[in-house]
Amino acid sequence: MHFKFWGVRGSIPAPGPKTVHYGGNTTCIEVRGENNELLILDGGTGIFPLGQSLVPEFPLKVHIFITHTHWDHIQGLPMFLPIFVPGNEVTIHGAADPITQRDIGEVLARQMEYAYFPVREAELNASMSYLNIQEGQSVQVGGVNVRSMLLNHPVLNFGYRLECEGKVFVFTGDHEWPYNIYNKDDPDYPDYQQMVDEQRIRVVEFFRNADVLVIDTAYTDAEYPSRKGWGHGTFASSIEAAREAGVKRVFLTHHEPTRSDADLEAAFDEARKSHDVGRERDPQFELAREGVMVEI
Amino acid sequence: MAIDATEVPDLVERMPAFPQGVTKVLDLASRPDCAPKALVQVIEHDPVMTMKVLKLVNSAYFGLSRPINSINHGVVYVGINTIKNLALSIAAIGMLPKSNKAGLDMNQFLAHSLGVASVAKLLATHLGVPDKDATDFFVAGLLHDFGKVVLAQFKPEEFRHCLDQAAEQERSLHEVELESHGISHDEIGGRLAEAWKLPTALAHAIHHHHHPEHGAEDGGDGMCEAVFAANQIVRSLGFGDAGNPLIAEFPPLVSERFGNDLSGLMSVLGDLSGEMEKARLFTQL
Ligand SMILES: [Zn+2]
Ligand SMILES: [Zn+2]
Repeated sequence: MHFKFWGVRGSIPAPGPKTVHYGGNTTCIEVRGENNELLILDGGTGIFPLGQSLVPEFPLKVHIFITHTHWDHIQGLPMFLPIFVPGNEVTIHGAADPITQRDIGEVLARQMEYAYFPVREAELNASMSYLNIQEGQSVQVGGVNVRSMLLNHPVLNFGYRLECEGKVFVFTGDHEWPYNIYNKDDPDYPDYQQMVDEQRIRVVEFFRNADVLVIDTAYTDAEYPSRKGWGHGTFASSIEAAREAGVKRVFLTHHEPTRSDADLEAAFDEARKSHDVGRERDPQFELAREGVMVEI
Repeated sequence: MAIDATEVPDLVERMPAFPQGVTKVLDLASRPDCAPKALVQVIEHDPVMTMKVLKLVNSAYFGLSRPINSINHGVVYVGINTIKNLALSIAAIGMLPKSNKAGLDMNQFLAHSLGVASVAKLLATHLGVPDKDATDFFVAGLLHDFGKVVLAQFKPEEFRHCLDQAAEQERSLHEVELESHGISHDEIGGRLAEAWKLPTALAHAIHHHHHPEHGAEDGGDGMCEAVFAANQIVRSLGFGDAGNPLIAEFPPLVSERFGNDLSGLMSVLGDLSGEMEKARLFTQL
């Protein structure tokens, strides 16, 4: 199995000279199974250049797994070239919207309505299908098994665990570790804490022994207190969890759009120092970078 | 006239929540800095919102690997923003009218439900149930009479007839319901809970709150018995009113569980006016 980052930026694209090294496109990861099965995780703006690169493979079959439907994870989908070309088969997996009770196909079709986009979903030439993901359900794409787990974010967000010939790749999508919403002296505090602890154990289990973990690490430890509840992880939370789960290699992603390449490296350096990264038996920690391909 | 229980789940989809809950949710959600725990508190004091939120998080949309028992539990699993937006979508349906054609006073009903919820939780602690499960008893107490809201809302004439008969003849309401319509509120609430895949213990406690001997499980933690007992205690205190004129004595199963009869257990619990006052606060707009 191997994968390539096509977008590592969070929230909104951040093009320009200051982000040219790590890249300005929003979330998109291409994953290939041992038989060259094509899976794509999220359809941020990175999916546009990815779509261009796929032309030589037409007609193709692709499975796109959407972690959640916030803009930065779907905004490239209407410009994904394969959906316009007859003969291509595109299957999109994602969470239904439980509030409006719309399934993933309806949610995504809305961003192609008249006011937002010139081509309606119904006019796409590829053969399109949509499948609602349920937690714990596993989907087989050729030799790649994809399992999902609901992770905490301000909308339903699925993390995906991909397994192929004994290799494991995990992507969180956007994820903030649940925290106790009560104060220590509230009667509900201990009860809630127990549920938070249980959930943490389940998530760490989901990451367990992954060869590669790509994890939402939007904030520095200093930024976090003013952004608590926004649905993202921190350098501290990602480093701790990867260690706990016995992961081998970790890519920190969902970089802040305001962070320049230099700022990003400075933040990472500081986190490495303060968390003693590189100590014995530590996972290998790296910043996710657009264009980088990794063999697992 | 018989009531068809199979049509009930669809009807409830469009059922609005209590005015207190709706007003508070709209108010809280309009503040960007709304504390999650404040929102949880409002939802978990409204039987309709609680029932609908539990229904959603236990639905096939999530297919979660374990049942979700309480609003707090739901927040940990699906996140506060999803719960908040769900509460808002329930609030958008409107509010239950304070008075209805059935003649059930919704404020008194809410007081009764909240009273039973608090006492059931107290009894959980009394039984040595761990803190984290005591919340489940609160939920069971809150929802035990959910079937009555459904009847008042969707079968007001039939339900009024039952309320009047129960009052005139001083009979217990669920028996009158059963006789008149072939189904009573406990069964309607229990069936809804089952249809919506709510945790089994919760569905049982609702379904069998007048006959705990049918729902209580050997080695269970006593939720059915606690809801039954709390129901009688709150009525003995004259707190709230949900239309049943009778106070039932404890059947053997319940006396065994608490090692006491109704009056004995009440004297063990002591002064409950503080608890009742807290419950009453939530019934005020
Ligand atoms: Zn994002
Ligand atoms: Zn997001």
